[in-house]
Amino acid sequence: MNLTVVMQQLVGGMGASLLIFVLTLLFSMPLGLAVAFGRMSKFKPLQAIIKFFIAILRGTPLMLQLLVVFFGPYYMFGLTLPRSYRFIAVIVGFAINYAAYFAEIYRSGIESIPKGQYEAAAVLGYNKQQTFFKIIFPQMVKRVLPPVTNEVITLVKDTSLAFVLTYEEMFTVAKQIAAAQTTIMPLFVAGVFYFIFNAVVAFAMERIEKKLSYYR
Amino acid sequence: MKKVLEINHCNKSFGDNEVLKDISLSVSEGQVVSIIGPSGSGKSTLLRCATLLETMDGGDLIYLGDYAAKADAEGKAVYGDKDTLQAVKKHFGLVFQNFNLFPHYSVMRNITEPPILIGKRNKDEVYAEARELLKKMGLADKEDAYPCELSGGQQQRVSIARALAMKPAILFFDEPTSALDPELTGEILKVIKDLAAEHMTMVIVTHEMSFARDVSDHIIFMDGGVIVEEGDPKELINNPKQDRTKAFLSRFQQ
Repeated sequence: MNLTVVMQQLVGGMGASLLIFVLTLLFSMPLGLAVAFGRMSKFKPLQAIIKFFIAILRGTPLMLQLLVVFFGPYYMFGLTLPRSYRFIAVIVGFAINYAAYFAEIYRSGIESIPKGQYEAAAVLGYNKQQTFFKIIFPQMVKRVLPPVTNEVITLVKDTSLAFVLTYEEMFTVAKQIAAAQTTIMPLFVAGVFYFIFNAVVAFAMERIEKKLSYYR
Repeated sequence: MKKVLEINHCNKSFGDNEVLKDISLSVSEGQVVSIIGPSGSGKSTLLRCATLLETMDGGDLIYLGDYAAKADAEGKAVYGDKDTLQAVKKHFGLVFQNFNLFPHYSVMRNITEPPILIGKRNKDEVYAEARELLKKMGLADKEDAYPCELSGGQQQRVSIARALAMKPAILFFDEPTSALDPELTGEILKVIKDLAAEHMTMVIVTHEMSFARDVSDHIIFMDGGVIVEEGDPKELINNPKQDRTKAFLSRFQQ
């Protein structure tokens, strides 16, 4: 099997990886903000529950979490779900796991904004929502960009974990070809693809960081 | 004279620490009141209570006849509801020691967003006024600059402009020059003197004794959460009556 054929097949898988990547970010980034609010809530029971879930999500393997999301409904509740649930399980598993990480990153960003910013806004008559969305959130985004970039890059590589649910993303495809053809070459090609994917991500994030560097 | 601010029997504790003990203070329209005293005397806390950044435990807080807080039968301060407090906030502005400008906004947006967003005022009108204010502050060419591009003195002048853009009836200054070097301090003191000349009602917490003496109509010396002495600025600074005031001012008078 020659390189061009391998690459063609991997590009198909890469589309699936890209889809996991985009959908995970789309859901986990806003969800992370909601989780961060819960984590910082003055209502202690909510804070404790969120803290517990974050501990679980960060403290256990993502691979295990994907398996639980996929098989849980059957083994715990006896539900038989359609074939399409495989993809939903992948996205749900990824989104929840990444939301936990993003929540902690957002929290660190929000808590790093000086108290004076809240006070200035309060004296000028900004209400809570206005203070958060106009004053705090934009400054938080700038501060959390470097750690968020880290997570996003990790996510690119983590999409390969979808193979445990035999979802046909790039890594699954690469492994299948490698096994069928008894050659390691497809895995190397997949590695190069992940690397290029991440180079693009890093470049994009750097551009955003530059865009926000107009103030300190 | 119309009373802009009235604080009656204000008490405030942080845990067991009584920071303000039965403080009463009133400021008339056009009056400039300075509050001096050692660190930890409660003067900043008093200002923070007046600007609703802290809640008083007891006493009244009244702006132009509108109660922000009213003492109940036991003297406990009962605050008005959200709408009342929001309305009261329109009466005052505060200039912070650390400026607290919004770093992600240009100078212009720092000044114009509050009147447009909170004051619901006409955009063109607000922009025109903001340009006037910047001109007055000597910052006409800085409207597109960001706070990080300005010196401390310039940032403080922007923050004064931001407060003035809301057209407050009274302006509070919380040690407005403490973060500045002597040269920049002069810049800010001049701006405040100009405002005094225009009869802006102001309450200034400061460590600049000669400035307090020259700019204010009334001066208050606080220590240990109480008003130790108050009165005519020249009289108090030059001939303090109380021993505590004398001790505090002795360094200044040498």
